[in-house]
Amino acid sequence: MINLRHVSKTFRKQQEEVHAVRDISLTIAQKEIVAIIGPSGCGKSTLLNMIAGLYPPTSGSIIYKGERVADVNTDVGYMTQKDNLLPWRSVRDNVAFPLELSGVKKSERATRADQVIAHVGLEGFAHRFPHELSGGMRKRACLARMLLYGAETALLDEPFAALDAQLKLSMHDLLLRLAAETGQTVVFVTHDLMEAVTLADRVLVCTRRPATVALEQRIELARPRDVLNVRFTNEFKELYDALWERLRVEYHEERL
Amino acid sequence: MTAPEADARPASLPNDGSGAGSYVLGSGFMVVCQVTLGIVLLVLWQGASGRLIDNFFISNPVDVGTRLVGWIKDGSLFVHIWATVYATVMGFIVGSVGGILLGVWLGVSPFTSRLLNPYLSALNALPKVALAPLFVLWFGLGIESKIALAAVLVLFLVFLNTYAGVREVDQDLIDGARLMRATRVQVITKVIIPSATSWMFAGLKISVPYALIGAVLGEMIASNRGLGYLVQFSGSQFDSAGVFAVLLVIALLAVVLNFLVEIVQYRMQQWRVVGR
Repeated sequence: MINLRHVSKTFRKQQEEVHAVRDISLTIAQKEIVAIIGPSGCGKSTLLNMIAGLYPPTSGSIIYKGERVADVNTDVGYMTQKDNLLPWRSVRDNVAFPLELSGVKKSERATRADQVIAHVGLEGFAHRFPHELSGGMRKRACLARMLLYGAETALLDEPFAALDAQLKLSMHDLLLRLAAETGQTVVFVTHDLMEAVTLADRVLVCTRRPATVALEQRIELARPRDVLNVRFTNEFKELYDALWERLRVEYHEERL
Repeated sequence: MTAPEADARPASLPNDGSGAGSYVLGSGFMVVCQVTLGIVLLVLWQGASGRLIDNFFISNPVDVGTRLVGWIKDGSLFVHIWATVYATVMGFIVGSVGGILLGVWLGVSPFTSRLLNPYLSALNALPKVALAPLFVLWFGLGIESKIALAAVLVLFLVFLNTYAGVREVDQDLIDGARLMRATRVQVITKVIIPSATSWMFAGLKISVPYALIGAVLGEMIASNRGLGYLVQFSGSQFDSAGVFAVLLVIALLAVVLNFLVEIVQYRMQQWRVVGR
């Protein structure tokens, strides 16, 4: 479904060239949940931006459902670390924003927005503004918006990094539930190995910049997963340790 | 639980929280002091005039008052005030609309804004007052040339603020909207303009006094009515009482305009968006 062929990205900062991504090839299947993990600032976000079509790769190509991504990829929903809710709109109007853009009537927008708002557990907050919500609630609102938009692929850039541990768990649960319901393909970037193993079907470990895939690990844990307890199983521990072993090399090298 | 949170919002706004209320009132004691100071100054002025300093230069409060009463009685003052207010308001409207349109347009077209940058900088550096003779040539001696001068002063201030506001818009918000299939027009109307509103309002607010300056200056240069004309005319007649009387009226007008701005701003804060 998503195909990266020898993708590289180089940024120019004045005289200096920064290699963010180097020669990544990978294939992501439909309905797959893929976690990309690696040291901070290694070019993971660059990868997502390119899949979203926000900028083109310097070399190589990105194929989405058989077509080359040349402009913004409107089939994906993109959730960044900083939630991109419009601060002057209430939760309901934010969630309904994609419908408003496609010209859906106001009454229908409100009804459909309220449905997904309830679905992500934000009942009673529809009229609130983003700055009146907690971080977790804003993430829920973003998920609701993505749900209503009906994107077939969700790109998540460190979506829950700023949340505390308990909140993270409930967001993980929500994310897995929604992905299972909608059959979405999910690609998410994280630096939290626990999160990666808990959620993903496959974990890709990235090297330091320029990012390349150092290790690919399938996560054969049964679904639906219990996000709270899956981490205490032996299989989880083995996968976690194996990945950590490789990841530690990257972090270790970074320190040198 | 909900009410205090909702109430707390306007108070936490970054700009000065002093609403219209505190501007008018102040404590009772301070008002008394301020009025007393005013009376003392008037008495000193009256006393000094003709004794310490020639009446020709500084006139005196009684003459100034007499002049004002005379103008009010024959109704001429209101004609002049109306001319100035009209030119100020029209200039403000024309200049704001132009400034906002220009600011948004250049803000979203990097190529055009870079292309025009040196010319706009030169125009902005030019003292706009120097354009007055040109406006008289173009628009005649009537109210239009005053509107034009006020508008041009307002336009640049509003333009610069709007432009800065548009450039400051969070690129992530724009990208987000584009990923949700927003058209270019939708990005501008639903993301860029709403997020630049606080900048636009800041520009509108600071440009109000400039609209008045433009109108008065325009009237001073070539006109047969308006407060600017009146102050110019009185001066040319060596009528210092008349000059002081007009200055008093202009000052009052400026205070009223500022007060209106404060009220509008206070109202805006009820719903205006706070950046993050």
